[in-house]
Amino acid sequence: MPANPFNGFTEYGVGIGLRIPHYRHIFERHPVVDWFEIISENFMVDGGRPLAVLDQILERYRVVQHGVSMYFGSAEKLNRDHLRRLKALVKRTKTPWLTDHLCWGSVDGRYSHDLLPMPYTFEATRITARKIREARDYLEVPIAVENVSSYAEFHVSQMTEWEFLNEVAERADCGILLDVNNIYVSSRNHNFDPFEYLNSVPASRVAQIHIAGHSKFEKYILDTHDHPVIDPVWRLYDQAIRRCGPTATLLEWDDRIPSFDEVHTEARKAKKFLPAEVSV
Amino acid sequence: MKLIELQRRMAADLMRPLTRNDNLSSKVKAAEYVAPNDRLTSHERLEIYSRSYWYRVLDSLYDDFPGLRAILGDEAFHKLSLAYLTAHPSSSFTMRNLGCSLEEWLRSRRQYTGGRHALALDMVRLEWAHIQAFDGPSSKPLEPEDLLELSPDLRMSLQPYITLLDVHHPVDDLRIRVSRNPDVHGAASNAVTAPHHRATKRRTVARRKSPMFIAVHRFDESVYYRRIEPEAFRILTALQRGESIGTALDAGFEDQASVAKWFAMWAELGWLCKHDAVNSQGSVHEITGPCG
Repeated sequence: MPANPFNGFTEYGVGIGLRIPHYRHIFERHPVVDWFEIISENFMVDGGRPLAVLDQILERYRVVQHGVSMYFGSAEKLNRDHLRRLKALVKRTKTPWLTDHLCWGSVDGRYSHDLLPMPYTFEATRITARKIREARDYLEVPIAVENVSSYAEFHVSQMTEWEFLNEVAERADCGILLDVNNIYVSSRNHNFDPFEYLNSVPASRVAQIHIAGHSKFEKYILDTHDHPVIDPVWRLYDQAIRRCGPTATLLEWDDRIPSFDEVHTEARKAKKFLPAEVSV
Repeated sequence: MKLIELQRRMAADLMRPLTRNDNLSSKVKAAEYVAPNDRLTSHERLEIYSRSYWYRVLDSLYDDFPGLRAILGDEAFHKLSLAYLTAHPSSSFTMRNLGCSLEEWLRSRRQYTGGRHALALDMVRLEWAHIQAFDGPSSKPLEPEDLLELSPDLRMSLQPYITLLDVHHPVDDLRIRVSRNPDVHGAASNAVTAPHHRATKRRTVARRKSPMFIAVHRFDESVYYRRIEPEAFRILTALQRGESIGTALDAGFEDQASVAKWFAMWAELGWLCKHDAVNSQGSVHEITGPCG
């Protein structure tokens, strides 16, 4: 039973990111994992080991694609070659939905390989929403956009981040990948109430949730994905599940990656916030 | 400020090389478009992104060219990387292609190679070939029975992931020695807090009087460097160009027994494929260029 029009996969439970240091463990021990999230760009190649590994994973596990370079918020047009490669991967993985970030990262054909923050303007909502629609129409798969962590704001902004997120999602009629760690990180960097953000997001559009750890510095917090999830983030996750119902959840751990079991154990902590019938 | 104007300005600012102390240049006027908060100035906020950009792309090149790094040493390699990436910022959605213009750029810049220019260039060619062999496209290899019908007019080609190199230094041996984990590519994280600092032992190898020939290929999804005879190199190069078997053999014919042995080995390694198959598949690199 879908929780909302954008969340038809309430039974997906809790997944983890597929990462190279865990390959051996996965192929030798075949651990039970609800699903793996792959970084699309790591497999948008023409051949070789990445695709061989992916095909082995697909034989046993459910996979959902998560992108880091679609750059819906970049003012330039979508990259057609990128889309062609992405569509080929979508056909290969049969991902039930696809996610990428509400950010920009390239301009005039130059790539930063970063998730750069948007100016929260009405012009940006129009451009971003149009590109999300174009991508969805071409890829023929539901798209959810993720709120990013940010460390800078712009003078030209005309609204809050959550108003921007909601405006884009509404204009594009797309789902939202709600990253509660990113909400927490940005709330500390920009001095806002993370629960005000969370409670403003339309639950009817939340398709997936991300949880992760981060690093604290003297004057700001950086979204490093290299620590366990802290309690304030778990409290945000709890509230998100209360508002959205059972939602596919993913733990991100991308740097200083510990053992597979440690990552999986951390992810499974999300189970206590989910209704009992959702498997983990 | 329009979206495109803001993005052009911010990209130019964060891609500007950092100072010696890894700070954002004081020439950047971040306050004109980035808002400060109660803890960080506009400049400091933009600096977080600039550092992240440079640490990320420098680390990517560092990981992709361990052989070149070993030849130059860490400091010289860092200077070279900084200059190269300033001249050639990424033009691809994947950092896998960051080094695509390195050979061409380095060819006329001897000041970055410290008297080891030819060796450095040989290594760059090998390491870019390694990247191509790791995840380049493949075509259906010819079956043994396909080889039974060899005729002088037949055209076949090499797997598109294979690069044939003529070099004057045993860079294959050197790369194997310095390589810690050559096949680890594409770890995904957008959060970068610091550059990797690993001490690299500086190494060199002697130049050889006559060139040596290497096929960089993959087998069972692992990358290998295979030395080949000069005549075999000429035959394979001709096949790669799309020449007929007859023309290719004219280019490198040695003796019938050797040629038969080579073809059998190449077939066993899956190197040979139908000429049409390669053309009709059309790798992305053919469509958009190596940096696309």
